[in-house]
Order: sequence, then C-alpha cells, then structure tokens
Amino acid sequence: MKGVTWGEQVKWADRVGRSRRRAAGWLARLWQEMKKHRVSYYFMAPYLVLFFVFTVIPVITAIYLSFTYFNVLEPPRWIGWSNYRLLFLEDDVFLIALKNTLVFAVIAGPIGYIASFMLAWLINQLRFRAAYTLAFYVPSITSGIAMAVVWMYFFSSDRLGLINYVLINLGIINEPVLWLHDKDTILPVIIIVSLWMSMGAGFLAFVAGLKNVPEELYEAGRVDGIRNKLEEMWLITVPLMKPQLLFGAVMAVVSSFQVFGVAMQLAGFPSPLYAGHTILTHLHDYAFIRYEMGYASAISVVLFAITFGLSRIFMRIFSTHGDY
Amino acid sequence: MVAQRRENQHYRRRNMRPNRPRRLKWGRVMLYVFVTALAAFMAMPLIYLISSAFKPIEELFVFPPRFFVRHPTTRNFVELLLAVSGSSVPFSRFAFNSIFVSSVTVLGSVILSSMAAYPLAKHRFPGKDLIFLGIVSALMFAPEVTQIPRYLVVNRLGLIDTYGALIIPNLAGALGLFLTKQFLEQIPGVLLEAARVDGASEWTIFTRVIMPIIKPACATVAMLVFVAAWNDTFSPLVFTRSEAMKTLPLAVQTIAGGPGVVARTGAVMAATFVLTMPTIIVFLLLQRLVLETMVHSGIKA
Repeated sequence: MKGVTWGEQVKWADRVGRSRRRAAGWLARLWQEMKKHRVSYYFMAPYLVLFFVFTVIPVITAIYLSFTYFNVLEPPRWIGWSNYRLLFLEDDVFLIALKNTLVFAVIAGPIGYIASFMLAWLINQLRFRAAYTLAFYVPSITSGIAMAVVWMYFFSSDRLGLINYVLINLGIINEPVLWLHDKDTILPVIIIVSLWMSMGAGFLAFVAGLKNVPEELYEAGRVDGIRNKLEEMWLITVPLMKPQLLFGAVMAVVSSFQVFGVAMQLAGFPSPLYAGHTILTHLHDYAFIRYEMGYASAISVVLFAITFGLSRIFMRIFSTHGDY
Repeated sequence: MVAQRRENQHYRRRNMRPNRPRRLKWGRVMLYVFVTALAAFMAMPLIYLISSAFKPIEELFVFPPRFFVRHPTTRNFVELLLAVSGSSVPFSRFAFNSIFVSSVTVLGSVILSSMAAYPLAKHRFPGKDLIFLGIVSALMFAPEVTQIPRYLVVNRLGLIDTYGALIIPNLAGALGLFLTKQFLEQIPGVLLEAARVDGASEWTIFTRVIMPIIKPACATVAMLVFVAAWNDTFSPLVFTRSEAMKTLPLAVQTIAGGPGVVARTGAVMAATFVLTMPTIIVFLLLQRLVLETMVHSGIKA
C-alpha cells in the first residue's frame, strides 16, 4: 500500500466493504426469493434430481475421466492429455471410425434434414396429410434391430437377396453384390438404411409448423408479387419456421452422429476392415468390452464436442434475434 | 367468414388466366403420384416384414424370392412361443420385461416432465433461465455421450440387473420436458390467475387446470418415451447380466443369432413383427395430439 494516501485506503476499504455487503445482500435477497418460490422448486425437484444424476453430472464426469486412466477396478489415475494424444495420433481404428462417422453425417445429415423439410412442405399442400405423415414418420420409430432382419434380406449377398435379384433381372449387374461384406458398399448401405429412418421428430415439427403458417401471409405474398411456390417457401415459410427448423437441425445433428445400432447390426462387429466402424461403435468397444473407461470417455468427449458445437452453429444460423 | 370468402374470390380472380387452372391441376396430380409413390417405396420394408411374419416356411425360402405372402399362417408365432420356451427363458418373459419397463418409464416420464414443465413455463423464480438452458443444451448431444458415467452411477447404486436400471436413468429426458414446457408456455395465464384468486393451491392448479390443458403434450411425451424405451438396446445390453432381465430387442437378436443365421427364420420374422408393431400402433393412436404439440416445438435462439 506504498504511495497510497490514507484517505484513498479508507475509500478503498469502504468500497470493498460496500461491495461485500452488497454481495451478501444480493445473496440474502436471492435466498429470500428462492424461499418465496420454493413451491416451484418442489415441482421441479424429482425431475431435476434425475436430470442431474443421469445427465449433468455424467457430462462433467466424462470430461474428467477423459483425462485419466480408469479401468473400473482401480481408482482413476490422472494422465493429462495422453488419451487424446493416443486417440488422434496413434489409434488408426479411431481415425477410421471418425472418418466413417463424418462421411455418414455429412451425407445422411443434410439429405435427411432437407428431405424432411421438403416432404413436410409437399405433404402440407395435399389432402390426406395425416396418412402421408404416418407413412413417412413410421420408419423412424421402428426398432433398428427388428428392421435389421429385413435389411439383411434386402441386401443379402446371394441371388436370394431382393436387391441383387432385382438388379440381376434388370441386367444392371451380372454377379450378386456383397452389399454387407464389401468394404465399399457397407457404409452406403448404412446411409441408405439410416435415411429411411430419418423422418423423425424434426419431420413432425415441420409438418406441424407448416400447417400453422397463416394462409393470409401467402395471400399477402401473392399480392406483393411472389411468383411461384418455391419463392413463397423461401421468403415466407422459411423465415417463419426458423424455430422449428432449428429444432429439426438439432435433432438431425444429434441423430447423424448417433449411428450405432444399425451399423453394428448390418455390418457386424467388428465390421470387415472396420468399414462400418463409427465413433459410437469404438466407444462401445473400449467402454464395455475392454473396460478402458478413461480412453472411452475421451472418445465420448470428442463426440460431445462435435455434436454440441454443430448445434451451437445452427443456433447462430437460425437465430430469431431482431427478426420481429 | 365473409372476409375470408372475399379473400378467396380475390385469389380465384387472380388465377383466372386462361390456361392456369388446368396446369395447376396437372401439377397436383403429379404431386400426388410422386408423394404416394415415395410413401409406398418407403413402406416396402415394413410391408415385407408384415407379410413375411405370416409366411409358411416354404414361402420364406423360395426362389425367386417372393415379396407378398400367398398362404398366410400364424405358425411362425406359435413356433416363436415354442422354440424359445425350450431355452431357459420363455419369450413371454422378454415380452413382459419390455411391456413393464416401457409402461413404467412412460408413466414416470409423463408425470416428471409435466410437473417440471409447470413452474418452468408459468412461474418466475431464480435459476429458471439457467435450468431451461441446461435442458436445451441436453438436446444438443447424443445421450450416448454420458453412457460411461451413467454406467458407473447405476453400478454404484446397485441397480445392475434390476428393472430400476432399465427405467430410472431414462426418466428425465430433455426432449419430453422441452416439448411440454413449450406447449404450456403458449397457454394464456388468465386461467391460472383465476384459479389463484379462488384460493387454489399450486398443487390443485397443477392437477385441475394444468394437467387437462397439457394432455396433447403428455401424449407426445408418452409416445416419444415409449418408442425410445421399447427400442432401447443400450440399457439392457449394458445394465443387465441375466437372460431373464433382457427385453425384446435383445431377445430378437438372440433368436436371430446374429448375421448369417438362417435357422428359425419363421420365428425371427414373427418376433420382429411383435417388436415393430407396438410403436406404430401407439403413434397411430396419438398422432393428432402429437402434431398439436409439435407446433410449439421450435427453439427460439
């Protein structure tokens, strides 16, 4: 406190004291507020407890564990970044899994998303909307394991397989294609099957949202010189649907990185030359087969970072701030 | 009404150019054909599944492969019940596990998310925005990310190989609360104020006013949670050890015997049928309410 006058010191002390008092006062007031609204917390408590135990704390724990060596039997041992170093620099299988997942997400994600919106948009102009909605939505709620039985038959590698049979009869191919055994066709098959299942909650949100766009807006648009349906969609529907589009985008991002069950069922585990290996397959392998929980946590943190980051980007794109 | 009719007349007049109505009609027909064809194409795997579940064994193995069933029979279902009852755990046990776990998860989720959604949508209290931010954030990553700590928690709680392990971790899903809250938010607060003036307690307001209003949202949560729980392979795979605790998806996998096994094809087809139909039926029953809820599903960022 050299070179500071007594008066200044007093002023400082006073200011510190005041801000402390203010902080204490703020806390006290917060506590008062919380007590006043305790009923609200009672209502939320059961959900929040479970949400904390099974979602919030696990995210934090996963991040912590990713910096440790942990095999469940011994307590976790802090090893810094080495799981991540191993993951990106030495684990070739992870890089294959990452590549497969990214290829899958880059193709299946946008196609599924755009198709969901376009189909919802088309359905919205037709009668029998409920029937069409049902037809397109139902695949997404079928069990991946159950349908695998069907896909196995469709993509069977011999002449008995439906697709081989049709293609041979049409003269497109001469020999049956080994759909689920050839490393070049495994991923495309997984993508096709996932696309079949991609009209999920996002699609429903689009169908419901489109129905709710007031007809007068379209009328007004026509008066204002909107010439065709596409222009109408781009200038009126899309801006109004931003919140639903964001919801759909978030759902699409999450589900395109979630590819696991279908891949494991169709391609087997491990798949030929890891052609159907995805981030989640790799995660499952290390977590519940090898019990290398620290390493597996690092894999899950990478997945978390990718999906969360992408979702945040979509939040920017579909921001409605300053729209209205 | 009158205003609307006038609008329509105006619209019609604008489109009265000579060839416009005709072309528009053709476009419509093409659109119907296209969308219907696409729907039929997408329905093919399901139609095949349904048709195959009723195929007698000869028809399952004919060459050339036949898509539709000729002589439908329920033999496959009988075989399913018999074939698996030879092993230690009968098929009915798997079915019971699935039904029990899914129903309890649905019931619990609907109650928990309705209760949590009420204050989140209609009260003002400290921490509200933070909690909602947490819920929205939880929508943004696959729940698989948290599977390792989840496993550790379930293990620590001693729930491994119990129904609790299959139910409790799935009760507090983010999507259900999110949709219920969004739905409730657009309900005007006047009703609640009226009830409050009448001296109703918050609990009475919740059960008497809120619950009837959010029925569509509850139906939606029920549908989504049911689908997730019914199709869940992760929980039984990781949280259970004994055969008797497995649910249908894993049972089907066991019966199918993994890729390339042709034995018991009839039973497998019957099992996949049993596994697939309930989710479709549930959606069919709740579709109208679900779409009513989905109108409010948007995320305002």
